[in-house]
Amino acid sequence: MAHEEKKLKLYSYWRSSCSCRIRIALNLKGLEYQYIPVNLLKGEQFSPEFQKLNPIGYVPVLVDGDIVISDSFAIFMYLEEKYPQHPLLPSDLQKKALNFQAANIVCSSIQPLQNLAVLKYIEEKASPDEKIPWAKRHIEKGFEALEKLLKDHAGIYATGDEVFMADLFLAPQVHAGIKRFNVDMAKFPLLSRLNEAYSELPHFQNAMPENQPDSPSAWGSMANSSTKSIKCHK
Amino acid sequence: MAPKDGGEASSKLVLYSYWQSSCSWRVRFALNLKGLSYEYKAVNLAKGEQFTPEFEKLNPLHFVPVLVDGDVVVSDSYAILMYLEEKYPQRTLLPADPQQKALNLQVASIISSSIQPLLMLSILKYLEEKVGLEERLLFVQTNIEKGFLALEKLLKDFVGKYATGEEVYMADVFMAPQIAVATERFKIDMSKFPTLSRIYESQRALPEFLAASPERQPDAVH
Repeated sequence: MAHEEKKLKLYSYWRSSCSCRIRIALNLKGLEYQYIPVNLLKGEQFSPEFQKLNPIGYVPVLVDGDIVISDSFAIFMYLEEKYPQHPLLPSDLQKKALNFQAANIVCSSIQPLQNLAVLKYIEEKASPDEKIPWAKRHIEKGFEALEKLLKDHAGIYATGDEVFMADLFLAPQVHAGIKRFNVDMAKFPLLSRLNEAYSELPHFQNAMPENQPDSPSAWGSMANSSTKSIKCHK
Repeated sequence: MAPKDGGEASSKLVLYSYWQSSCSWRVRFALNLKGLSYEYKAVNLAKGEQFTPEFEKLNPLHFVPVLVDGDVVVSDSYAILMYLEEKYPQRTLLPADPQQKALNLQVASIISSSIQPLLMLSILKYLEEKVGLEERLLFVQTNIEKGFLALEKLLKDFVGKYATGEEVYMADVFMAPQIAVATERFKIDMSKFPTLSRIYESQRALPEFLAASPERQPDAVH
């Protein structure tokens, strides 16, 4: 495969749900990008080079020519405006607000309370046994809220019959809840149904952690190129 | 620009708010900047009013603020601000330039996702139980300082009179209440953050910010 210079670069970590949101967005919009792994467990986010890109040391970071954007919410809004194909926000204001709310329940009420840094703190200062219960509690609280919020609005997907922003933020969080924290999804029938729906979408599945170049799985180790592209066949 | 307390049925906008909530402060600040009057409905978090069935219908996560605009109900300050920005575009809070816009959204996210959630009452209570008061304060200060340090580095090359230039934008709307809370409630030493300190001096001088401050709200307890 020719190593052409791809305009879009995404600094990402395989397991980062924030990175996963953007990987889904890029897939849906049919945007090719160069995948640049940042190994969070090895502390690569603290390297001087990466700190210059994002001083808070989080992934994802998107580089689009001269433009550097970090934070999945900011990146999402940038992509939505710059590459309007396959719109990921509805035009109706209430529905749009609903998408922002759902996304923020994930971004502010769930994910920050179960990210690596916080879990490490709980493990060290409280006890290793507290780590998973802490994460589960916050995930479940957030999932309960999402069930209530979306109950009267969900269709095939979170806010209707089309994939929108809420789905991009939900899918990676539900995935993490199930795979990493053993959340009992029987309590969350809507989210379970949505998870099933996402499992049938290649653009979502290709973005999942286990399918990334830096994933420790067999698939991941076979990818000897850091270039990744998804062609939009739909 | 003071909010109307109770009775004005002609006000289309209704804001459910708690005087001390920094998230509510953001929205009050933005409403003032946009010159939007609103009815203030107090939700006493200390008395658990966020858990009433009526409020739960408005926000299943039991958080303030919640904005009601006719038939539209929006909770979560970030979602409310994005809604206001689109519905009432006067006095825009997001610059047109994509890099600048993204910067403002990023600052807002750093505050709303990396700082504020770790300061919530429920988290603080848990930490007090599990690690004690002293360790809890350290946790809070460490997280605030981590976020502020990131903002300091991030904004260094973009800052003007305000966070991202000469105009007040979304970044300022999120930043100013957060710095106020950090200094007053958690005793953060802002001398470590000269850029943020300088911006904050400009922000706190704004009448729209002052009118939105906790002590000036109808439910403030003095």
